Amino acid sequence: MMSDNEIRIKMAEYEIAQPPQVLVTLGLGSCIGLALYDKYTKVSGLIHFMLPESNGKTDIAKYADTGIPNLIDKMVEMGAKRRNIIAKLVGGAKMFSFGDDNSVMNIGQRNAAAAKEILQKEKIKIIAEDTGENFGRTMRFFTDTGEVKVTSYKRDDLLI
Amino acid sequence: MDNTNFGLNSIQQDALKEVGNIGAGNAATSFSKILDREINIEVPSIEIIPLEDVSTITGSEEDHVAGILFKVTGEAPGTILFIFPSTTIKYLVEVVMDKQIEPEEIGEMEESLLKELGNILSGSYLKSIGDMTDLNMTQSVPGFSYDMAGAILSSTMISASSTGENVLLIETEFMDGERKIDGYFFFIPQIESLSIILNSLGFDNDE
Repeated sequence: MMSDNEIRIKMAEYEIAQPPQVLVTLGLGSCIGLALYDKYTKVSGLIHFMLPESNGKTDIAKYADTGIPNLIDKMVEMGAKRRNIIAKLVGGAKMFSFGDDNSVMNIGQRNAAAAKEILQKEKIKIIAEDTGENFGRTMRFFTDTGEVKVTSYKRDDLLI
Repeated sequence: MDNTNFGLNSIQQDALKEVGNIGAGNAATSFSKILDREINIEVPSIEIIPLEDVSTITGSEEDHVAGILFKVTGEAPGTILFIFPSTTIKYLVEVVMDKQIEPEEIGEMEESLLKELGNILSGSYLKSIGDMTDLNMTQSVPGFSYDMAGAILSSTMISASSTGENVLLIETEFMDGERKIDGYFFFIPQIESLSIILNSLGFDNDE
């Protein structure tokens, strides 16, 4: 159900919001939806990135290495305090298995690993995570509470 | 290489479309035989789509669909993906297995059926392309997912894209006269495979 407060974020996009808005991204597979939240000012950011490394490409929100630092900067511009920002990580699934390709990390795993590395470098704590496995996820980030609801067809809704 | 059209002129794009047409035509014939009813194909299209737009090419991101995925190896490697909406799955199970199910009840039997269908269809697709181009191509075992269309499409296309920017799809839509069967077939050749396929058909890629 789409409420009036919902802001949809597509692949390779990000958005900054405040209560009562709800940031929503649909159908995450190997992509990652990263919710950043300042619980004091309630300035909230969500990015739906697709790949770990930009390698000089300019589509900022498509990649973890350019998209995450940019999201933090934009939140700080909106009044968030960097030291108060916490992170919740969703997605990074491997939708298909063939049984023969376990030797290298799949894109979902690489995306999750990249996000963790960048957040550590930025000194932002990940307080919740729902990543990996083999199913798609939709996430709703409620900026009034900082809660993230993860919906999938394979499992009951999860509140993180 | 020009990223917007993969360096392909319109004649080359038409040649690829024809490859898709013959491949999908044969797959549709196999499909018709299995179901004992006529399955038609739309004229295939060649689409070059930015990766960030692939989630919605078959409808909404949250549509519940089955994706059957094959890795294609050999002389012109790539990826094959079938997408069947839940209404089509329900109908296929009804026709082939003589069983009424709700889409939520897709279990191992239904998964096997869809994988096997995918196997046969992609097999006849690749065989006719192989006959036409004299290129040797083999498909992997099928990967299967019954899930959100956005998750299936984005994950598949991101892995299949050679450039990380766009993906070239040879796309065909299957349907029967009564609109009970609706599905998508995507062949996503690796970028290097495009010139190999075109060369084998007598098109010089440098023209």
